[in-house]
Amino acid sequence: MITISGLHKYYGALHVLQGIDLSVEKGEVLSIIGSSGSGKSTLLYCINGLEPIQQGQVTVDGVDVHAKGTDINKLRQNMGMVFQQWNSFPHLTALENVALAPRIVRKKSRAEALDIAAKQLEHVGLADKLNVYPNALSGGQQQRLAIARALAMEPGYMLFDEATSALDPELVGEVLDTMRLLAEEGMTMICVTHEMSFARDVSDRVAYFHQGVMEEIGPPAQIFGDATSAHTRKFLANVR
Amino acid sequence: MNYNFHWKPVFNNLPGLLEAGMLTLQVAVLSMLLGICIGMALALIRLHVRGPLRWFATTWIEVARNTPALIQLFFFAFGLGALGLYLSPYTIVLAGLTFNNAGYLAENFRGGLQAIPETQIRAARSLGMTAPQAYLRIVIPQVLRIVYYPMTNQMVWAVLMSSLGMLVGFRELSGETQALASTTFRIFEYFSVTAVIYYVIVKIFLGAAHLIARRLFRY
Repeated sequence: MITISGLHKYYGALHVLQGIDLSVEKGEVLSIIGSSGSGKSTLLYCINGLEPIQQGQVTVDGVDVHAKGTDINKLRQNMGMVFQQWNSFPHLTALENVALAPRIVRKKSRAEALDIAAKQLEHVGLADKLNVYPNALSGGQQQRLAIARALAMEPGYMLFDEATSALDPELVGEVLDTMRLLAEEGMTMICVTHEMSFARDVSDRVAYFHQGVMEEIGPPAQIFGDATSAHTRKFLANVR
Repeated sequence: MNYNFHWKPVFNNLPGLLEAGMLTLQVAVLSMLLGICIGMALALIRLHVRGPLRWFATTWIEVARNTPALIQLFFFAFGLGALGLYLSPYTIVLAGLTFNNAGYLAENFRGGLQAIPETQIRAARSLGMTAPQAYLRIVIPQVLRIVYYPMTNQMVWAVLMSSLGMLVGFRELSGETQALASTTFRIFEYFSVTAVIYYVIVKIFLGAAHLIARRLFRY
């Protein structure tokens, strides 16, 4: 379970997150929507400790992410992250991209790591691309590669930071299908997204962020059908 | 122009010259390997560390790049000698070339390091890699590709720069040539052959570098 309480985050003088309280249960899919600059992506970075926080607390399975003594690398092994700009490692083949972390972080044997990698690539539909370098893959394929890479660490949580925003429109579907598949398999997911249909159809809850504040959170039917906040209604009217 | 060429004494001593050529190649390669490691460390310190260590790295790079290589060698020979530390000619040349290589390479590496997007490190760290793992496995391999050809330039320079060793008593290719030439007075002939040997050494090296690049950089 991920618990966030009283979280404040500043970039210099900019108050990016202004007191966020949120918890995500095991097996839950939470989508976070909102306009650019509302702090959604920053929240993800704060959850896995890629960004420091100034006030409040984030705990993952009871461990305080930002406490001094926390082994952040160990914690991150349990939280896969997928980025907007897929960030595949260009000097490694698809198979090596996925096998690297299991081998050097989880200390698996080479054979075992390659085996895990092949399985995960098959999982995301890239079984025929094992020995291809990322520059020969489409954006959608690279993003699925990034998902496989995160899954190879067998994480309990997956964080998606606008995983489809940088893709050509015709490639969005294949990545969303992969994310749907994960959700069906019971993965705990936090998805920052601009894909309203995904948020509506796949999530258990949807949160709307506005200027560093979580304006509203609830089941998709409530957010999309009966939002209480005027900001939420305005945002949804604009994106539809 | 009634100079008569006498090549025979040179060819009689060719094995000795080739042996000295191997010494040249050896000291150049070693100084290059050490220079790459130290240069990478200097570049990383300059980008990421504050305080005296950064000052030290900056000074190293400034001195190595902006003073004559010969004077750098003299420092290791006579400067340290004046302080009571006497190094062998081999060590002097190795230290001098390493010092110079590291300084120049550090600048190359800085450019290479800045060319790798910060997001690559984030992606690596998000998988649970430590910062050293992220650098070693993700950043540095990509940097080495970017700086590979500029790096071969420095290697050529190291081979040629090693000829300064003759001025601190090191019998590498030039030192050996000088010693042999002075016993026969066939100075022009000797140094002509030596120039060819330098050329061949560099060509062999560049050929090898090209093959290594084809093997390493398949993406």
